[in-house]
Amino acid sequence: MTLSSPWRTDFPALAALDAQGQTYLDNAATAQKPRAVLKALSAYYLNGAANVHRAQHLPADRATRAFEATRLGVARAFGAASPAQIVFTRGATEAFNLLAYGLERHVGAGDEIVVSALEHHANLLPWQQLAKRRGAQLVVLPLDDRGDIDLAAAAQRIGPRTRVLAVSQLSNVLGRWQPVAELAALARRQGAFSVVDGAQGAVHGRHDLAALGCDFYAFSSHKLFGPEGVGVLYGRETALAALAPWQFGGEMVREADYQDALFHDAPMGFEAGTPPVAGVIGLGAALDYLNGLDALALADHEAALHAALLTGLAGRDGIRLLGEPHTALACFRVDGVHHADLAHLLGEQGIAIRAGSHCAMPLYRRLGLDGAIRVSLAPYTDGDDLQRFFQALDRALELLR
Amino acid sequence: MSDSLPAPAQAALQAFADQPGWEQRARLLMQWGERLEPLDVAERDERHRVRGCESAVWLVAQRRGAGWQFRAASEARLLRGLLALLLARVDGLPAAELASLDLADWFARLGLSRQLSPSRSNGLNAVLARMRALIAEDGRATDGSPGAGPSENAPPGA
Repeated sequence: MTLSSPWRTDFPALAALDAQGQTYLDNAATAQKPRAVLKALSAYYLNGAANVHRAQHLPADRATRAFEATRLGVARAFGAASPAQIVFTRGATEAFNLLAYGLERHVGAGDEIVVSALEHHANLLPWQQLAKRRGAQLVVLPLDDRGDIDLAAAAQRIGPRTRVLAVSQLSNVLGRWQPVAELAALARRQGAFSVVDGAQGAVHGRHDLAALGCDFYAFSSHKLFGPEGVGVLYGRETALAALAPWQFGGEMVREADYQDALFHDAPMGFEAGTPPVAGVIGLGAALDYLNGLDALALADHEAALHAALLTGLAGRDGIRLLGEPHTALACFRVDGVHHADLAHLLGEQGIAIRAGSHCAMPLYRRLGLDGAIRVSLAPYTDGDDLQRFFQALDRALELLR
Repeated sequence: MSDSLPAPAQAALQAFADQPGWEQRARLLMQWGERLEPLDVAERDERHRVRGCESAVWLVAQRRGAGWQFRAASEARLLRGLLALLLARVDGLPAAELASLDLADWFARLGLSRQLSPSRSNGLNAVLARMRALIAEDGRATDGSPGAGPSENAPPGA
């Protein structure tokens, strides 16, 4: 395979991992960081850290400008009309929890919250627990044979009692793009809020969220080549206005007295306490870096890598792919071989993949499986990575069969 | 200190100490896994299932005088080998000795320390935790009545 990545050298950790004999193919869990992100982080700390939004001194001014520049950058990258539509959280998981608490008063006993069968725990459990708190019903949308949310079934199940629809844009197990625009339209017709989990989707495509038509969209910085501990919640202006604050403290309050307080609107009203300043600045650097890449070349590279991955898997006996992934990843099982054994032996050979149920236990149960191996790709992945993976796979299977 | 090891543990140490390559270690692990005394179908139930393992693991514990006897099973072959190595070290030990045993050190001596690291989800850590919980629980249940008859494990809250 001669698939080389022109971006590999932009990511210093790749050379380090090479030197450690590690082939990193767990990008759907977390991505490596480009030099631009490392530079932004160290520049912030080396030039003087400061808290944002609440001091008059120069370091605070500098930190606030850089912090708010990321908000503007995210708004532009995702088609938000205003940076006020971008709320920073500690991760996508926190964004979904924010929504499940912020929307709580809109959900009553007997109402319905609709999710799909392929949701990651992060976009399932907050809704499951909200349903329990309110005596509401959690409705689970079925998948079709290819692993897509069944639109016809969804049209039936998203009804007048639906208050919230929460669905994933790109499955972290099946690797398929979901019809989220159509689903959001179904929710809108019923006056329900629509929430899209973009944790995987945001990494593998440019999305105009205004055009997508959802009320909320959330993703994590660490999968998008930024630092950990930062998430982004996008909301339509009217949808954000419907949210109640959920965490209380500094920064989010407008007026406070001992017995009562008034709170800011979004975004500040949902950013209680000191935010992850460095992390947000780092995410800004990651977005700037991504914006500077040739999007077409990037998409071509990812498509070629993915095709090579699927071809290699298809060429080996007894390998069963989960679904028909569109992009970025492949989950598979091997006949007669336990995925834990295979993961063990791949790990021994320095192949960093993920085994198990990938934070989607209900989906695996529905598929009748106890787990699988997931290989996930990134722009810096190259043909040599895949070759090392396949060599290791062959040696492992030789031992196990 | 190898002189104080139980005989099966001595054998394990001898077998694994001289294996430099991952392939030899893996083969050996699978061989050791085959030696696990199988569990009855009835024993592979929720009562004996160890939570917190990626692949299903069952642990059956029985008091035998002052010591404990464990039997274990897993669907994954390499994990069966690791379980066999664990049992070789702990089987028959008095409860007090088992509770204070440094199992990380045991696996390190076998050249398998990575298998016990906190990031691994293979379940070995969960099995250890379960063994210790069962012993602690039994200690509380039979407090002041030494020599109580054999007791079988039940998960907390069962």
